[in-house]
Amino acid sequence: MKKFLTKLPEQAGRLLIVFIVFIALVLLVRFLLPASLKDHNIHIQNTVATEMSRQVRYAGSEVCASCHDEYNLKKNGYHKNLSCETCHGTLKEHSENPTEIKPLVPRQRDFCTRCHAFDPSRPTGFPQINPSAHNPMKACVSCHNPHDPKPPNVPQECQACHAEIARTKAISSHVMLECTICHEVPTQHKVAPRNVKASIPAEREFCGKCHSTQSIIKETSKVDLATHGEKYLCWQCHYPHMPEVE
Amino acid sequence: MERRKFGKKLFTLVVSSTVFGGLLKKANAQTKDYDPSKHYYGMGIQTNKCIGCGKCVEACKDENNVPKEPFFFRTWVERYTIKKDGEVTVQNIDSRITTHRDNIFEKEILRSFFVPKLCNQCDNPPCVQVCPVGATFKTEDGVIIVDDERCIGCRYCIQACPYGARYLHPEKQTADKCTFCYHRITKGLPPACVEVCPSQARIFGDLKSGASPLGRFKRLFKLHVLKPFLNTEPKVSYSDLDGEVR
Repeated sequence: MKKFLTKLPEQAGRLLIVFIVFIALVLLVRFLLPASLKDHNIHIQNTVATEMSRQVRYAGSEVCASCHDEYNLKKNGYHKNLSCETCHGTLKEHSENPTEIKPLVPRQRDFCTRCHAFDPSRPTGFPQINPSAHNPMKACVSCHNPHDPKPPNVPQECQACHAEIARTKAISSHVMLECTICHEVPTQHKVAPRNVKASIPAEREFCGKCHSTQSIIKETSKVDLATHGEKYLCWQCHYPHMPEVE
Repeated sequence: MERRKFGKKLFTLVVSSTVFGGLLKKANAQTKDYDPSKHYYGMGIQTNKCIGCGKCVEACKDENNVPKEPFFFRTWVERYTIKKDGEVTVQNIDSRITTHRDNIFEKEILRSFFVPKLCNQCDNPPCVQVCPVGATFKTEDGVIIVDDERCIGCRYCIQACPYGARYLHPEKQTADKCTFCYHRITKGLPPACVEVCPSQARIFGDLKSGASPLGRFKRLFKLHVLKPFLNTEPKVSYSDLDGEVR
């Protein structure tokens, strides 16, 4: 063997080394590299499989319905579209081990105000309150049932249908005005609301009763009706349920 | 003694390989129940329904182990404020702060609204093109996912994404992004952000299925996508999107 190596021409020896390295590389690629590095499709399959096997933490409301009666109460109220986990946090673990792992039960005031505090960026009509004026320090749950939230006194008149307007008005400077101060409501309107409509103020002088410079009422913003707004009715520029000009 | 040691080793090898093989088989069986070629996922966002509560951001972080610090997001909510002098400010809302009032006076605001954002799952994804190691790709059902074992953390994809949807995971030091909660949608559950959204601002669905809330959304509204001029062809579409949104 030694004789053979010494006899071997130098260039052939070098060629042999190159050949051995080549064979080693082929073996490395063939047997040692994982399949996912060689084939893009296998790589995709493996990654998708690991991604799919990740743990679910939000269980979904249907799971809650099988044990908790509150679900039936909730599904007819204003919170019907809310998932249980919106307020109670992740519940997958609780659904698998209901006795030991308990869900969050938020009762603090600042939990509700995360959605219901007034914020100028929120869509108009979304029920909002001013937390510092609306029964400060009192827990929301002492008057409103979060599974069926309603105002404690169920509204009898306009609000029952015109809730969006009522809620908008509730945070405006016209909050103290009854609907009937501006609108004449025929009794038939309550029976056939689309056929018999409530009136809308048709004269500028109507708003002028409070807002013209001649008005005797104090603490309202005043304009001179003769020069302000020309031919337009007031409500064509100012939305009376949310008058934005002070 | 030697023989006994060998026997022990052989035994553990056999047991562990059967267990491991069984697990692999189970994982494969799970993937076999789900046929990705029958699905193609998309999302609709009704901008004027978003109340900016930040529940989606929280839920996403819980579900996907996203670090809680306010620099890492798979989904986030932006508050746009357009002042009367035309100045536009964009803020990422902080879900931990309950009231969002800031330095801007309400009287100066012309318009203000929230825009939820997440990975657009582009049909023509720039992030996939730039990855030097092929760690990120589009699955058959249209979701862009990252293999965190392959990712080398070079941040090219974070630079390439025109929507800022990717971030570098501070613990894993790999790129991370929204996967539409791939582990949930393949089991028929909605993504966590859609599950908890209290106002149904987010609508998730399958573009290949016939009747679905997403189909209705696409029929009923005039839709827009973010940065259409880049030809990324996003699968997340927005209704009632303001012209100032970038």
